[in-house]
Amino acid sequence: MAIEVRIPTILRSYTGGAKAVEGSGETLRELIENLDATYPGLRDRLITAEGGLHRFVNVYVNDEDVRFLGALDAKVSDGDSVTILPAVAGGAPVAAGAPVARFVTA
Amino acid sequence: MLAAFRRPGRLVSVLTISQAIVDAIVAHARRDHPDEACGIVAGPVGSDTPTRHIPMTNAARSMTFYEFDSMEYLRVWREMEARDEEPVVIYHSHTATEAYPSRTDIAYAGWPQAHYLLVSTREPDVTEIRSFRIVDGTVTEEPVRVVEGHGSPEGAAELRPQSSDPNREPTVDPNAVQSYLFGQNPVTVDYECRSAS
Repeated sequence: MAIEVRIPTILRSYTGGAKAVEGSGETLRELIENLDATYPGLRDRLITAEGGLHRFVNVYVNDEDVRFLGALDAKVSDGDSVTILPAVAGGAPVAAGAPVARFVTA
Repeated sequence: MLAAFRRPGRLVSVLTISQAIVDAIVAHARRDHPDEACGIVAGPVGSDTPTRHIPMTNAARSMTFYEFDSMEYLRVWREMEARDEEPVVIYHSHTATEAYPSRTDIAYAGWPQAHYLLVSTREPDVTEIRSFRIVDGTVTEEPVRVVEGHGSPEGAAELRPQSSDPNREPTVDPNAVQSYLFGQNPVTVDYECRSAS
């Protein structure tokens, strides 16, 4: 079973510089665990201590954002292409009386 | 690969960017004010040269928060990959505070090779523009070196509005900005301040 995973620049130190790696699994969580076995440390950059998907990454299975597919429970299959991108977001410091910034949650 | 402005015995990171692209970024920030604006300037991989301006939708549509729209981001990223480009500049605006990265900005900075450009539109007649490298949570300001021209080797800047409003023209309103204030770096400064003519 081979699922291609595209790795962003910031995580390539875990994959020896590789832009794309292959892994297996029935769900995104299993796939990440599988990759972590070969590339230690990768999982902790994608999954929080509480076991959720990190808000600092966007993960896509083919053309869909996994947050709409059950996040770490998203189903993956042989031949799928998974893309990991660093989330691009931010906010100004909140001034007194200003609306509270909305934070992205997994 | 960093564009560097060499001083005797010292190599300093600098953002070199064309006036046309700076104007386009400022126009975008002014259009979206008071919501934060955000976008990318792509360039050939390894060139450290911003050539293609890509204004992005702020999916948060907030005055104090921004995030790239997830699917637009994927599409833009795939397009960059196909063109052998990378994000050279990632910019966003602060509409009521200074052009300095917030703690949230720093936490989310996930493209270590990018120049993080902050634009402040808090003043109506002055736009503050400062550039930073954000690597491993460390912020380092760098000078902005504005050059003449349209920012691409072919001499033409591409301007593709990504905002959802089809009626927005990607033009610069000469009345919107009367002067620019660029970040000051005591080591090396090479910039132009323009006022409306």
